[in-house]
Amino acid sequence: MNFDWLWRESDMIFDLFVRHLWLSAVPVAIGLALALPLGWLVHRSGVWRGPLLNLVGLLFTIPSLALFVLLPWFLGTQILDPINVVVALTIYVLALLVRTVSDGLGSVPRETLQAANAMGYRPLSRLLTVELPLAIPVIAGGLRVALVSNISIVSVAALVGTRQLGSLFTQGLQLQFLTPIIAGIVLSVALAAALDALVLFLSRKLTPWERRPA
Amino acid sequence: MIEFQGVTKLYDGAPAVRNLDLVAPTGKLTVLVGPSGCGKTTSLRMVNRLVTPSSGTITLDGEPTDRMNVAQLRRRIGYVIQHAGLFPHRTVAQNVATTARLAGIDRKTARRKSLDLLEQVGLSASLAERYPWQLSGGQQQRVGVARALASDPKFMLMDEPFSAVDPIVRGQLQDEFLRLQREIGKTIIMVTHDIDEALKLGDQVAVMREGGELAQVATPRELLVRPADGFVADFVGRDRGYRHLGFAPIDNGLKLASEPVVQLGASPAEAAEAAIDGWVLVCDAAHRPLGWTDIARLRGPVREDDLNLSSTLAPMDGSMRELLDAALSSPSGRGVVTNTDGTLRGTIALGDLGGILAPLHRTGAERHS
Repeated sequence: MNFDWLWRESDMIFDLFVRHLWLSAVPVAIGLALALPLGWLVHRSGVWRGPLLNLVGLLFTIPSLALFVLLPWFLGTQILDPINVVVALTIYVLALLVRTVSDGLGSVPRETLQAANAMGYRPLSRLLTVELPLAIPVIAGGLRVALVSNISIVSVAALVGTRQLGSLFTQGLQLQFLTPIIAGIVLSVALAAALDALVLFLSRKLTPWERRPA
Repeated sequence: MIEFQGVTKLYDGAPAVRNLDLVAPTGKLTVLVGPSGCGKTTSLRMVNRLVTPSSGTITLDGEPTDRMNVAQLRRRIGYVIQHAGLFPHRTVAQNVATTARLAGIDRKTARRKSLDLLEQVGLSASLAERYPWQLSGGQQQRVGVARALASDPKFMLMDEPFSAVDPIVRGQLQDEFLRLQREIGKTIIMVTHDIDEALKLGDQVAVMREGGELAQVATPRELLVRPADGFVADFVGRDRGYRHLGFAPIDNGLKLASEPVVQLGASPAEAAEAAIDGWVLVCDAAHRPLGWTDIARLRGPVREDDLNLSSTLAPMDGSMRELLDAALSSPSGRGVVTNTDGTLRGTIALGDLGGILAPLHRTGAERHS
C-alpha cells in the first residue's frame, strides 16, 4: 500500500466515490419509480404473470458491457455520456424490482384484501394505503439486492470511460500498481454496506408493525 | 330491512343460490345456516355486492342495491369475517377507526370513537396501540366487530364471525355479542354452519340446503318444535326435544325447596346434621353455592378438595334447559337454582321436574295442529 499516493490523490478518489454513489443510486430510484406501476400491472395480469416475469428477468442476462456499448447507438448519446450507464443500470434494476413489487403485492393476506373491499375501499386507495405498505418488506429486500448489484456492475463502466471507482481498477492495471485497486475495492464494499444498511433502516422505520425479535 | 327478491346466483350454469326470497327485519339478527355448499356465504356476499347476483333484486330499506355506487353501498354495511381480516400494518385503534375514516369522519373523532368501541367490545384501552399479531384470536375478533361498528352502520353482515376461536372463547363472544346487539339493534345477517350458534343468536333462522334453496325460515323455537321437513329436522339435530327447553324461561312461581347449607371448614357433625340423603350443599360466606359434599367420605372439616363440582347451576332468569341440566348433573339429584346475583335460591328434586316439564311438552303437540 502506498499511503502517500492515496493522500495525494484523495481529491480524485473522493470525486470517483461520489460519482460511483450517484451512478448506482440514481438508477435504483428511477427503477423503483418505474417498477411500482409495472410490478402492479404484472401482479394484476393473471395468467400472464409468470411469462411476463420471466421475460423481464431475462433483461438481467444481457452483458453489461454490451449494453454500455450498444445504448449510445439506441439513445443517440455519446459513448462517454453517463446517461448510458444510468439507463443500462435502470434496466437491471427493473429486471429485479418488477418481480419484487409483484411478489410484494402478492404477499398481502387474502382476508385483508377481502376486508378492505368489503369496507368500501376504492381500488386506488386500497393499493396506496393497504397493499403498498404491506409490500414494503418484500420490496425493500429487492431494493437491497438491486443497490448492491448496481454498485458492483457500475465499475464495469470504467471500460467505456465513465469515471467512478471502477476507474481505479483500470488505472491500477495500466500502472501495474496495487494501491488504487485495493482502495477501489474497499470503498465499493463500504459504499455497498452503507447503502444496504440505509435501506434496511428506512424499511424498518416504515414498517413498525413487522414482528422482529426484541 | 334487507330483502332478497327472487335472487339467483349461477356459477357456470349451476345454481349456488336458487330463487331466494328472504326478509331480514330491521333491528333483528337473521342467521343463515346450512351445510357447506348450501350458498349461505354467497347469499351474504351478494348483499354488499362482493358477489353479483345472476338475477333478482336485493334491497336495503326498499332501495335496490344494484343501482348504488358499490363503494358507497359497502360503507353503509358493517362487515365481519371469520379470521377478522384486520390490517396487519395498523394498530388496533387505527384498525377500528378505518371504517369511520372511510365514512368521512375526521381523524380525531374517529380515534375517540374507536377507543369507545374497544371498551364496548370488552377490550382494555392498553391494547389500542398494539398491532393485530400481538392479539389472541378472540381479541382480534372483537376488534373486527368494533371496526365494523365504527362507521355506525345500520346494517351488518357477519360471515362465520365466531368460528375460528376455541369453544370457550366462542361462547363468551356470543354472549357478549348478544348483549351488544340488544343495545345497538343493528339489522344483521349472520352466516354460520353451526346450528347451535344459529339457535342461540338468531331472532330468525333461515335454514338453507344444498343447491342454494331455502328450506325454512322461522324463530329458533319454531324450528325446534315444527321443522318444515326431514332435512330441517335432521339438521336441527336429534336432541331437539331437549333443546327447545332452552327457549322456555323458568317460571317465576317455581316452587323450590329450601336447602340447608354449610360453609367450608364445617365439622363432619355439622355437615351430617345439614345433609339430606347423604349430600350437603356447601356455600361461601355470601351464600353462593360452591359444590356438593358426600358426608360418607368426609374425614374432617369440609375442605375444597371434598367438593363435588359436577353440578351446573340454574339461574332464575335462565331457561328450563338449564334447570333440567342442573338437576341431572347434581350428585344429590337436587338441582341448585340461584338468584341473578349468584346466591342460592333453593333446590328442586329431579323427580319433581316431570310435573313442571309436562305442560311444556304440550306445546310439542302444536306440531300436529
